[in-house]
Amino acid sequence: MSILVNKETKVIVQGFTGSEGTFHAEQCIAYGTNIVGGVTPNKGGQEHLGKPVFNTVKEAAEATGATVSMVFVPPAFVADAVMEAADAGIELAVIITEGAPVRDMQAAKAYATKHGMKTIGPNCPGIITAEECKIGIMPGMIFKKGNIGLISKSGTLTYEGANQVVKEGFGISTAVGIGGDPIIGLSYKQLLPMFEADPETEAIVMIGEIGGDLEIQAAAFIKENITKPVVAFIAGQTAPKGKRMGHAGAIVSGSAGTAAEKMAALEAAGVKVVVSPADIGKAIKEVLSK
Amino acid sequence: MNIHEYQAKQIFAKYGVPTPKGIVANTPDQAAKNAAELGGDIWVVKAQIHAGGRGLGGGVKLAKSIDEVRELASQILGMTLVTHQTGPEGKLVQKVYIEEGADIKDELYLGVVLDRAKEMPVIMASTEGGMEIEKVAEETPEKIIKVAVDPAIGFQGFHGRELVFGLGITDPNEQKKFIDFASKLYRVYMENDAELIEINPLIKTGSGDFIALDGKMGFDDSALGRHPEIEDMRDISEEDPDEREASQYGLSYVALDGEIGCMVNGAGLAMGTMDTINYMGGTPANFLDVGGKANAETVAKGFEIILKNPNVKAIFVNIFGGIVRCDRIANGILEATKMVDVHVPVIVRLDGTNALEAAEILKNANIANVIPATDLADGAAKAVAAAKGE
Repeated sequence: MSILVNKETKVIVQGFTGSEGTFHAEQCIAYGTNIVGGVTPNKGGQEHLGKPVFNTVKEAAEATGATVSMVFVPPAFVADAVMEAADAGIELAVIITEGAPVRDMQAAKAYATKHGMKTIGPNCPGIITAEECKIGIMPGMIFKKGNIGLISKSGTLTYEGANQVVKEGFGISTAVGIGGDPIIGLSYKQLLPMFEADPETEAIVMIGEIGGDLEIQAAAFIKENITKPVVAFIAGQTAPKGKRMGHAGAIVSGSAGTAAEKMAALEAAGVKVVVSPADIGKAIKEVLSK
Repeated sequence: MNIHEYQAKQIFAKYGVPTPKGIVANTPDQAAKNAAELGGDIWVVKAQIHAGGRGLGGGVKLAKSIDEVRELASQILGMTLVTHQTGPEGKLVQKVYIEEGADIKDELYLGVVLDRAKEMPVIMASTEGGMEIEKVAEETPEKIIKVAVDPAIGFQGFHGRELVFGLGITDPNEQKKFIDFASKLYRVYMENDAELIEINPLIKTGSGDFIALDGKMGFDDSALGRHPEIEDMRDISEEDPDEREASQYGLSYVALDGEIGCMVNGAGLAMGTMDTINYMGGTPANFLDVGGKANAETVAKGFEIILKNPNVKAIFVNIFGGIVRCDRIANGILEATKMVDVHVPVIVRLDGTNALEAAEILKNANIANVIPATDLADGAAKAVAAAKGE
C-alpha cells in the first residue's frame, strides 16, 4: 500500500521528448516507474526511450491505459497541457514545470477539478512511492521503503526530511512535493486523510513554509481527523519581513502566514513541531517510540 | 515586479479607470513646467517610489502656485523617504508626479488580489480609505468587503451589487459609476497578469464621481514574458543591486544582518538552513538559493556576492542534490577559490546526487579554509563555531 501511485500505475510524460522530459523520464524508468509512453505534438508514431510517442493525450491514454501524467511542458504552455490531460480523462497530473503564470494555473486547476482530475504542483519535485514508482525529479536513491508518509512544499526539504527518516532506520511509504506556488494542486488537507487511511503509513512528516495559510488549515484538520502521529517543520522562522508593496494577500486569508503562527497552530493540534529541519529524523523516532 | 504610481495610472487610463491628470518629472523645473501644462490652481507633488505610506513620510505635498510646485519638487527629489513599507533605510526619490488637485468628498479603498484559498481573484473594498489597510483589517475587519470573482464567468452584475451595497453607496447614479470602476479594474488585473492592485484612496468627488487618487500595481513575474510593455516599465533603481546581480546568474539572494553567509539549493532548504543556524546560536548573513541549474560560474558568483558583505565571518554551503549535482557544486567551489579571495572558513555539506564524487573532488583539491560537514546539523554547528572564531 501507499497513496496515489504504486508499481502498477501507468504513467505518460507530457513534454516527453524535450531535454528535461527526456532526462527525468529516463531516471524514472530506471527507478522502475511504469512509464508507458509520452506526448509531444507532431512526434506521434515515433519511439523515445523505447516507449511510444503520441500527438495527443487522448491518443496516448486510449492506447496505453495510462491514468497519470507527468508534465514537463514549458511554462507558457503548461496550463494547456494540464487541461488536455483533464479532458482526456487522466486521473492525476504531476506538474513539474517551474514558472507557470498564476492566471494560467488558476484556469487549469479549475478545469481539472471540474473533470475530476487531481493535480500535484506545479513547480514541485513530484511524488514517489518508495521503491515502486517515482513521478518527478527527486533523487530516487534516498527514498528507502518504509512507513512514513511525507508532504512538503519545498523540494530540497523533501529530500532532507526523507534522508533523515531513513538514517534513523525508518523509511518512506509515499512522499509528495506539493510545491509552493500561489495555486497548487493537492495540499496537506487532501493528502493527510489519504495517509491516515493507508495501512502502510504509521506516521506523517509535514514540511511547510512561511506565507499563505495551508498549514493553518492543515492544523485544524489534523486536530479533528488525524490519529497518526505528525511531525512538522515550518521553514522561514528567521526570514525577514517581506519588503512587499502591500499586504493584501495576508488580509484575504486573515493570517499573517508567519512561521510562529503556523508552528503554534500545529502544536495546538497535537503535532510534534521541530525548530530545525535537522531534527525531523529524531522527532519521528521519538513519536514512534511512544 | 512592481511599478510606480504614475505607471499604474497610465495602465488604468488605458482601461478607462478614472484618474486625475498628471505628468511625471525628474527635475524641479520639469515639475513646474508640468504644473503649468496641467493648468488649474492647485497641484499635488508626489514622490515616486515602490512603497506605500508616502504621505505620512513627507513624500506627498500640496502646492498652490507654480513656484511652490518647483520648491516642493526640489525638496522631495533626492530625499530618502522612510515609510512603514521601505524599511528603516528608506528609498531615494528620483521622480515626482505632478497631479491636478482633486475635490475629495469621501475616501475609499479598492484592491484586487488572488485569494489563494478560493483560488480566484478577490476584489476588496472598504469605506476606510486613506488609512493603512493592514490596520483596518486588524482592528475592524468587518469594514472590508471581499467579493471573489470566478474568471470562468468574469465580473458580473451581482459582484458589483455586493460591492456597492456593502459600501453603503445608495445613489443609483453613483452605484452605476462605482460598479463600472470596479469592473474595469478587474479587467486591468486579469488582462495584465497583475499580482496585486491597490487604490488607496479611491475618492468620491463632490459631484459623485469616483477617481483613483493613488495606484499600486505588482505583477506575476512568471507572466512578464507576454507583457513586454510592462517589462519596459521596470525601474532598476528601485531594486537592490546585489539581488539584481544575483538574479542575472539564476541566483536568488536577500541580504540579512548576520555573520554566516549561506549558499543553499532550494528556497525551503535555504530558509531551513538559516533557521538551523539561528537555532544553534549563530546569525545568517543572507538568503541565497542557487537554484536547480547551478554550475561553477554561478557558484563562484554566489561566493563573490556573499563576500561583498563585510560582516560575513564564515560561509555554509548546504546542498542536497536532486537536480543540482554535488560534483558541479564542488567544482564551483574550486573555481570560486581561484576567482575570489575566499578569506573566511567555508563549511561544505554536499549530499544527494553525486555526493561521493563531490567529496572526492574537494578532498583531492585540498583547499585551506574548506571544512567538510556530514549533515545539516554538523554543518550548521561548524559554521556557528567558525564564525565565533572557534
